[in-house]
Amino acid sequence: MSVTIKRKNDYIYAFIKGEIDHHTAPEIRETIDEALSVSETAKLLVLDFSEVSFMDSSGVGLVMGRYRYATTLGKKIRVDNLDNRNYKIMQMSGIEKIAEINRKEN
Amino acid sequence: MKKINQMKMILDSYSVNEGFSRVAVSAFASQLDMTVDELGDIKTIVSEAVTNCIVHAYKEKIGKIYITCTVFENGILRVSVRDRGCGIPDVKKAREPLYTSVGGDRSGLGFSVMESFSDKLSVRSKVGVGTTVTMEKRISGKKYE
Ligand SMILES: Nc1ncnc2c1ncn2[C@@H]1O[C@H](COP(=O)(O)OP(=O)(O)OP(=O)(O)O)[C@@H](O)[C@H]1O
Ligand SMILES: [Mg+2]
Repeated sequence: MSVTIKRKNDYIYAFIKGEIDHHTAPEIRETIDEALSVSETAKLLVLDFSEVSFMDSSGVGLVMGRYRYATTLGKKIRVDNLDNRNYKIMQMSGIEKIAEINRKEN
Repeated sequence: MKKINQMKMILDSYSVNEGFSRVAVSAFASQLDMTVDELGDIKTIVSEAVTNCIVHAYKEKIGKIYITCTVFENGILRVSVRDRGCGIPDVKKAREPLYTSVGGDRSGLGFSVMESFSDKLSVRSKVGVGTTVTMEKRISGKKYE
């Protein structure tokens, strides 16, 4: 499991790689929250799931938690490149009502 | 239903075992010639059930998690995950979507996910005694012989 942070213009990108569960989530959370807290000018956090090989509801908790934290900093979030299964799990939480979530293309 | 094959394992409730438990169960279940999707469903269900034992049943302490996987003649896989933890006072309420008894980064979706990825899910629980979650899934692939 790893998280790579990249910054571009007003965006912070977090590329998550590997499995997201209750065991791996804390480290992912810390890396992303650190990036959020130091990027004063960034307006949007993009969580990129293209390299996520597995997630359970802990992945939803991770996204909801980042949404709450980003909101307190006046930032928005978006989730990109979810595979069909992970998109379905995300949708169960109703998160698409408060943040944009996108499926992987093709 | 006639039993064909069975596997049991006992794990300590360390979070590092979450990954191991879902891989072990899916490796055993793969004798049923599952599709990639079905295998993914099984992994997700096991991950949810085992995580609940770690996070809720045993909370701050370490206890044993008992997993039984049974393959039946008609291509049904049954997985049960049992703990001797705190138990659930109101199972009906616990199974409601988005219900969680803890704050933080839990979303209250575990049971909803388990229900949606299995064909049948039963939860038996007694406060102070423990909880057993049993799921069944019909596997579409080649029948076991
Ligand atoms: N094995 C268990 N022992 C004791 N309580 C449990 C157990 N499994 C579930 N619960 C209770 O049922 C509630 C709902 O469980 P569920 O898995 O749906 O959500 P969660 O674990 O709170 O959040 P998430 O699974 O989305 O991270 C839990 O908050 C907990 O109170
Ligand atoms: Mg749960």
